[in-house]
Amino acid sequence: MLTLYARRRLINALSLGVSILAMLFGLFWLGWILWTLLANGLQGLNLNLFTQMTPPPGSQGGLLNAIAGSLMMTFIATLIGTPIGILAGTYLAEFGQRGWLAPATRFINDVLLSAPSIVIGLFVYEIYVIKIGHFSGWAGAFALSIIVIPVVIRTTENMLRLVPNTLREAAAALGTPQWKIINFVTLRAARAGILTGILLAVARISGETAPLLFTSLNNQFWSSDLNQPMANLPVVIFQFAMSPYADWQSLAWAGALLITVSVLTLNILARVLFRQTVPSH
Amino acid sequence: MPTHSTKITKPKLIVRDLNFYYGTERALKDVNMTIPEKMVTAFIGPSGCGKSTILRTFNRMYQLYPKQKATGEVLLDGENILDKKQDLNMLRAKVGMVFQKPTPFPMSIYDNIAFGVKLYERLSRYDMDERVEWALSKAALWTEAKDKLKKNGTSLSGGQQQRLCIARAIAVKPQVLLLDEPTSALDPISTAHIEKLINELKTDFTIVIVTHNMQQAARVSDFTAYMYLGNLIEFGDTSTLFTNPKHKETEDYITGRFG
Repeated sequence: MLTLYARRRLINALSLGVSILAMLFGLFWLGWILWTLLANGLQGLNLNLFTQMTPPPGSQGGLLNAIAGSLMMTFIATLIGTPIGILAGTYLAEFGQRGWLAPATRFINDVLLSAPSIVIGLFVYEIYVIKIGHFSGWAGAFALSIIVIPVVIRTTENMLRLVPNTLREAAAALGTPQWKIINFVTLRAARAGILTGILLAVARISGETAPLLFTSLNNQFWSSDLNQPMANLPVVIFQFAMSPYADWQSLAWAGALLITVSVLTLNILARVLFRQTVPSH
Repeated sequence: MPTHSTKITKPKLIVRDLNFYYGTERALKDVNMTIPEKMVTAFIGPSGCGKSTILRTFNRMYQLYPKQKATGEVLLDGENILDKKQDLNMLRAKVGMVFQKPTPFPMSIYDNIAFGVKLYERLSRYDMDERVEWALSKAALWTEAKDKLKKNGTSLSGGQQQRLCIARAIAVKPQVLLLDEPTSALDPISTAHIEKLINELKTDFTIVIVTHNMQQAARVSDFTAYMYLGNLIEFGDTSTLFTNPKHKETEDYITGRFG
């Protein structure tokens, strides 16, 4: 017969054990993925990667065109998605207390947030790629920006809601007009959190393959013309990894390692930023 | 303690038949009173008595929330500020407010002060520097803050932050200063600082303070209002109210038998 206290200790030990096992299980696969990436990717990592174009099978080459294409499209997608996301998120947090528009927007945004990215790719293919008749960098950037928008809306709204209402009241008590309260006080107070959201959105789109398959497709050569099909890391990885050529496969691993390292860096940066400036209560 | 009974006062705020509603709940019931100019008037009473609510009608802070409304009249120098035509920002330029929790804006100490001033005045760099120094000195923060004006306002201690908020409020040169439990989140030393400050500020401003702390009301105020369940039970000279209250309820509250 266990005493109540001994029973409690036993249950505590058991739950702790199970939790640790679950954590180890998750970390195990993550560790394995990173290990495989490093083992296969590191040997393909050299200067050529950043100076040469994607090669035909059997010859020397790098990923320069894909890296540049990915950077360009990610940059433009962020440039389009961020202002829209911040403005919409601000509307939801600061003006969305009454009426039906805000709840409806919030709901649709949640749907968009969890929409499979392939659907977004198909959507842009249907409304843009087919209309102009060919794949293009612009189409890729648009598709990616549609993924950025809901992420930024959501984080902006959440971060603004974390700003204590007393701060809004304090600004209003000075006779500050609402647009100034939002611009100079609440958005400023939520700055770090919103920036974190943008970084996470960038991390999210830098690995997206499906929307780019239908929009920018790929380009074997150097091209900075956004009206032409544009090379990008995810699609090149997809194409090269599925190929039977050893040198292509090695490039695909190197590309995968590049993406993972940059996403990891972005995530760490976002966390550091957020931790530094979380409002102290 | 000075004797208050001989004071000659001029009315600053006149409250007439003031009622206040949170939705359908009536939080103030036909309040009538006169708040004198350049004096400290304290509101005391148990939680939920309406003392903060009445303070928030004096600058129409309640207007931020769609379900709250006030009826009756509040006359500031004879003008009804509850009137629909009253410009809210102009009202709040005249009636400043400091809150329970320190609320420094996420910007430098200097900009915290300059922010409000810039809303109403275009000052040269030199004049703005002077105004910031003036406000911080008035709030007894200048010596502590003068070497870190560029630092973020949140880097100050709680008591300093509250004095920064007072400085920010007086920098726009209001006529009335509303203090909503300004020391309840502070330690005794910071509280003493602020009480001393209130005493000095009343030469320039009409001060209305809400406090949970009866001793504080007795220490800092010239007039005291005791409220209970939305009613103004008793209002008068502070020393008279605390030594010789007219109403049984007031006496019960100030002697600690209740509340």
